[in-house]
Amino acid sequence: MPATLFIFLAVVSIITSLGVVVQRNPIHCLLALILTLIAIGALFLALDAVVVGFLQIIVYVGAIMVLFLFVIWLLNLQVEAVPTGSLAVKFFATIAAAGVAAELFVFFSKTTGALGGVTVAAGYGSIDSLAQTLFGQYLMAFETTSILLLVAVIGAVAIARRTIPERERDAPTRGTPT
Amino acid sequence: MMTVSYSWVMALSAAIFAIGVAGVLLRRNILIMFMSIELMLNAVNLAFVAMARRMGSMDGQVIVFFVMTVAAAEAAVGLAIIISIFRNRETVNADELNLMRW
Amino acid sequence: MTVHFPALGLILLFPALGFLFNLFYGARWGRGWVNIVGPGVVFASFAIVVVAFIRLVTLPAGSVLSVTLWQWIHAGPFRADFTLQFDALSALMALVVTGVGALIHVYSVGYMAHDEDFARYFAYLNLFELSMLILVLADNLVFMFMGWEGVGLCSYLLISFWYANQSFAYAGRKAFVVNRVGDAGFLVGMFMIVAALGSHGLWTLNFAMLRANANLFTTQTATIAAILLVVGATGKSAQIPLYVWLPDAMVGPTPVSALIHAATMVTAGVYMVARLHFFFMLAPVAMELVATIGAVTAIYAASIALVQTDIKKVLAYSTISQLGYMFLGVGVGAFSAGIFHVMTHAFFKALLFLCAGSVIHALDGEQDMYKMGGLRTKLPITYETMFIATLTISAIPPFAGFFSKDQILESVYNSGHHGLWVLGIITAAMTSFYMFRLIFLTFFGDSRVDSEKVAHIHESPSVMTAPLIVLAVLSIAGGWVGLPEHVLWGNRLNAFLAPSVGEFTPIMQGGVFMLTGVSLGLAVLGIIAAWYFYLVAPGMPYLIAYQLQSAYNVMLNKYYVDELYNLIVTRPLFWISTMVLGRVVDSFIIDGLVDGAGLTVETGGQLSRRMETGNVQQYAFVYVLGVLAIVAYYLYLVTH
Repeated sequence: MPATLFIFLAVVSIITSLGVVVQRNPIHCLLALILTLIAIGALFLALDAVVVGFLQIIVYVGAIMVLFLFVIWLLNLQVEAVPTGSLAVKFFATIAAAGVAAELFVFFSKTTGALGGVTVAAGYGSIDSLAQTLFGQYLMAFETTSILLLVAVIGAVAIARRTIPERERDAPTRGTPT
Repeated sequence: MMTVSYSWVMALSAAIFAIGVAGVLLRRNILIMFMSIELMLNAVNLAFVAMARRMGSMDGQVIVFFVMTVAAAEAAVGLAIIISIFRNRETVNADELNLMRW
Repeated sequence: MTVHFPALGLILLFPALGFLFNLFYGARWGRGWVNIVGPGVVFASFAIVVVAFIRLVTLPAGSVLSVTLWQWIHAGPFRADFTLQFDALSALMALVVTGVGALIHVYSVGYMAHDEDFARYFAYLNLFELSMLILVLADNLVFMFMGWEGVGLCSYLLISFWYANQSFAYAGRKAFVVNRVGDAGFLVGMFMIVAALGSHGLWTLNFAMLRANANLFTTQTATIAAILLVVGATGKSAQIPLYVWLPDAMVGPTPVSALIHAATMVTAGVYMVARLHFFFMLAPVAMELVATIGAVTAIYAASIALVQTDIKKVLAYSTISQLGYMFLGVGVGAFSAGIFHVMTHAFFKALLFLCAGSVIHALDGEQDMYKMGGLRTKLPITYETMFIATLTISAIPPFAGFFSKDQILESVYNSGHHGLWVLGIITAAMTSFYMFRLIFLTFFGDSRVDSEKVAHIHESPSVMTAPLIVLAVLSIAGGWVGLPEHVLWGNRLNAFLAPSVGEFTPIMQGGVFMLTGVSLGLAVLGIIAAWYFYLVAPGMPYLIAYQLQSAYNVMLNKYYVDELYNLIVTRPLFWISTMVLGRVVDSFIIDGLVDGAGLTVETGGQLSRRMETGNVQQYAFVYVLGVLAIVAYYLYLVTH
């Protein structure tokens, strides 16, 4: 892909991810995250990973982020009032994150090869080849993952549902706007 | 213009990952911490896709597929837990959720 | 020649069975059974000993009956087994131990007839017989030491038999501890012997092997080892400086005093020296030491016995004195004479103690001679047998004591130790004096008995008087196996013992009549003096005591030796135990270690719990640090 496209997408994703971390309002954070995910999805498409790229948009942004949104509404989260956390924590945390970045940079600088240098097979990244690999070599993992999803659904329902006493208790006080 | 090399993509992935780490360590709202974790996962996905293309193999994309699935399941359960916590303690501030202290 | 004789094992088996029976079943099965089993097993042992003895005399001189009961220590080349050997010396000792022991067991039946703890008593007594027989029948020093320790243990158990009384228990402990000091010397001596032989490649403590290889010892090694062994012997045989336990041991039952502290256990030291005669002959210095200790102890103990008022204490000091004679005998090389005196002493001293027990029993526990008197008519059998014993101990012919004591004194003179000979004959005079003093005070004169006890005075039952009579006969005739040369059949005992203990080599020959005459004369002088002081002029002793008051007090208080030991040994040890070991080592170091271990864990826990804050972000932070470390490690691997 052309370098300009890459640089554009890279800058967008960095700025929006910074936005996720920095913003006060949870809804704004969520919005920034959505933008980051879309940028990364675009990068997937630029890297010839067509299926995964679209899946990213559909599943990740379309479903998971919506779920996040619903939870923010449900909990009625407000803007964070006072910046909490001691200076020492912020300092050390930043150092740690910077350290991670530095180490990974050093690591990944060893990676060789230009993007255009590698020619991929025809049909690389298409749904055809993905399905072939997925249902061929990784069939077991696929089936296990489906069970995992089932378990996750049951677990989520079990954890998040109200029990009857709670309902009775919550009912009278519910609905008071804060 | 110069050609994009894989090391650039990996560097980008590292940067987003580090930002995600910073988010987990710095923010107090557990929902936003969770979002930072999603950031980290995506950074890793990016690295996988780039390397898959470099090696010309579909295995990396299959991994990304699975990571997405698991991230979805994890998000569902995690958010259910956050809802449950909120119901019991009326707060999503990580500093106040320290029952397991000594 | 060595003959395999398995029946020897029975000699040990019977007392062992008796011990087990009396200990576990005695109380339940009752007095009747215990009274039969207790003495019965000893009689059975005695019978086997007699059978073995008869077998032994039919064999050529120097033969040994032997049997190995059990393989015990096989440590590389060193072997020590439970092997019994029955040679002339062991035969004689075994006869005395089982024979006199059986008689004393029978006497105990009557003596303990009113005591509730009869089963425990006979159990301990049987255990003692077992240990003593092990001691005299063992064929190596290690097995013998087992018996040595066993008799020490039984001595402790029996002295403090009536343990409810604090001072009795103390006396038992004193005996054991003092014995222990001697045993330490014995052990080190044993180690030296085995090391000395080991340096020549021979690892053994078997008596026959030691005798065969005695030439391998240097004089210095032999001397030091012999002196250490003598330390052990002084502890067991109550010589200076480790005799202090014997007078206190009189708080035990009188038959115990008779058996253990007169006839058998205390002679173990003499037996040990005689058994190792070849070893001691290598170290003339040690022999001199033995003889000197013997002579000095003899006269020293006799001087204390002169002024004691308790009948058992007189006999206790008399025992120490007579043991001194035995040491004197073996110290000058007359091993056979020393053992001869062991035998006769067993007879007459056991008889003396049993008679004293009879008197005490009749007077309902009275032991002070100044509260006795005139018992001659009331206790006829006791009086007559005790009188015979007293004649024997005073060395009046033809009683047994004369022959044995005379042989010792003659040997002492003929070995050139004239100074020690003089001590010996002076002691003989003192012996006859204090023994007849005892007789006169107890049985003659006016009765000084407390009025409420007078009515109860009665002769002992026949189960107690029968052994007295048997022992009296032995006290008369027992010495006739060792007659002087050229008189009738001569000294058969010497001839019998010679292969086991060697012959005495005199360096001169004093006139037989002169020597005998002097000692006999002094003995008679002692009797006359006692008669004068206690029958003719009873006030004289008090006058003399008043004139020589300080000397009298010193002797009465046993030369304050106990107090001296208390000061220089007991108190410092107690101080070390409480102050140093108790405070520093126990409380500070050991408790510190144990408590410290706990404290360390606790403090570690206190510090580590700070990590559990419950704050998820902190956990995540630590997590990130870990990841950084791992990635750094991979970087390091990749780049190098």
